[in-house]
Amino acid sequence: MQQPIHRSLFSIQWVAFKTIVVKEVRRFMRIWQQTLIPPAITMTLYFIIFGNLIGSRIGDMGGFDYMSFIVPGLIMMSVITNAYGNVASSFFGNKFQRSVEELMVSPVFPSVILAGYVMGGVARGVMVGLIVTLLSLYFTDLKVHNLPIVIIVTCLSAILFSLGGFINAVFASKFDDITIIPAFIITPLTYLGGVFYSISLLPEFWQDVSKLNPILYIVNSFRYGILGESDVNVSVAIAMLVMFIAILSSFSVWLLKRGTGMRS
Amino acid sequence: MTTALSIQGLEKVYGNGFKALKGIDLTVKQGDFFALLGPNGAGKSTTLGIVSSLVQKTAGRVSIMGHDLVTDTFAAKQCLGVVPQEFNFNQFEKVYDIVITQAGYYGLAEKQVASHAQSLLTALDLWDKRNEPARSLSGGMKRRLMIARALIHQPQILILDEPTAGVDIELRRSMWEFMKKLNENGTTIILTTHYLEEAEQLCKNIAIINNGEIVTNTSVKALLSQLQTETFVLDVDGDIKQLPKTMLAELSAYHLQQVDSDHLEISVSKGQGLNAVFSALSLANIQVRSMRTKANRLEELFVNLVQDDNQPSVTSNSRQSSLLKKGA
Repeated sequence: MQQPIHRSLFSIQWVAFKTIVVKEVRRFMRIWQQTLIPPAITMTLYFIIFGNLIGSRIGDMGGFDYMSFIVPGLIMMSVITNAYGNVASSFFGNKFQRSVEELMVSPVFPSVILAGYVMGGVARGVMVGLIVTLLSLYFTDLKVHNLPIVIIVTCLSAILFSLGGFINAVFASKFDDITIIPAFIITPLTYLGGVFYSISLLPEFWQDVSKLNPILYIVNSFRYGILGESDVNVSVAIAMLVMFIAILSSFSVWLLKRGTGMRS
Repeated sequence: MTTALSIQGLEKVYGNGFKALKGIDLTVKQGDFFALLGPNGAGKSTTLGIVSSLVQKTAGRVSIMGHDLVTDTFAAKQCLGVVPQEFNFNQFEKVYDIVITQAGYYGLAEKQVASHAQSLLTALDLWDKRNEPARSLSGGMKRRLMIARALIHQPQILILDEPTAGVDIELRRSMWEFMKKLNENGTTIILTTHYLEEAEQLCKNIAIINNGEIVTNTSVKALLSQLQTETFVLDVDGDIKQLPKTMLAELSAYHLQQVDSDHLEISVSKGQGLNAVFSALSLANIQVRSMRTKANRLEELFVNLVQDDNQPSVTSNSRQSSLLKKGA
């Protein structure tokens, strides 16, 4: 007669969490040609075209040469789009192939499932961010003004956008659904979020409008960590990130408990 | 003997208003090899989906090894291994990784289950394929992979939703042997299948579900003992018209029908012998080359029960069916 193997609740959930993270990292490493190389090529083109060719004619921006100004924004853009894309495509892929049922049948807590997928998104976001950072060193001298801020903002931003990607995947019913939000919301907000310019260049009205864009706070907080300059209050930005993470985490766990998009 | 699975008043109404389950009750004892049978759309997969936490129930209660699925979800889920009808693993993952990942979901690290994974994959003839991506496997291999995956955490109950669908006969029989051994070692097995021969060969108890209701729930032995008639097909060399009229009159108790020039169908009621038929055929110089039952015995009962449940006005089998219902 087989007997269940008794282990503590914590150890079961901890092993399950590690399993999901390993599975997620293995997934994006297996398809590195699709996950790690394209952002490196895209960002290199940005550095060459906007930084070198056009940037040299623009002059200073926010007190820095244009290349130095755009590098933090481009690194952060890589982090958030890859964190979002990783969780959205992986979780939707699991729904599509029905392998998400493996998790639904198992005793893994919804919060642990979420944490595992989010950590996978953070891992890819940070890895791509590091690759882009290394590439940027070829084009400019990067001196870090405040390393803790850089680490905190990077991690919080990756977590927030991983959660966004997860929610997108939960509601998606076809592959098109996981490309709509990045194409029509995240990319425009990123471009308008101060990656390529300081909002101080804008008329006052558009400065106020820009301040409604959450990505502006992320990009500027990260830029503060690298350059020591920001258009926004960094403490407020970090507090907002934490608040949105709390809201989206709670919502995601609730969706998992209900089985939205997964259970009939 | 303790109860492995208990279902009480289980109801499921889908969003479009379709009532898939109409308050079913079901009990499966620990150590049982139990078959849940029914036609397509009867509610089998919905029932097992609710037990597996893949379908939301509308009402009712499910407990697994005494653990309520709602209030004691964690313990209940640990006791269960599920082999679904459709392939539901990541086709791009390697065979070994799929099994080890599943173990991780049950809190078992690779070093704890590596040897068990090897023995399972070896027993299911998949060890040589362990480093292959799942998409490269044949249909039968994929089914066996799902069995290995479901067993990696050594569940006390294994749910198999049509495990041998699309599997060739040789492989099906080797899977039967594997499942029999598993059951002999103490794993409770709950099976759905469209191969009624499979249920008759493997299972101790059977429930038949139709239109979201349990039509019968009894042991295979008890169910088969209620079979009233059995039809045999004889491969013969000759024409039954050659039989003298007196002999035909003697055989009037049997329902005889010549299907074609070589085949004769005989319906035999419970308690009737076949000696008189063979004697008559022998006297008429009609040779019997071979004989087989027309349909699997369980299949006959299944068709009777389901047809009767769908068409209450058909009277030929209604008495038998009502007896079966009483027996349940």
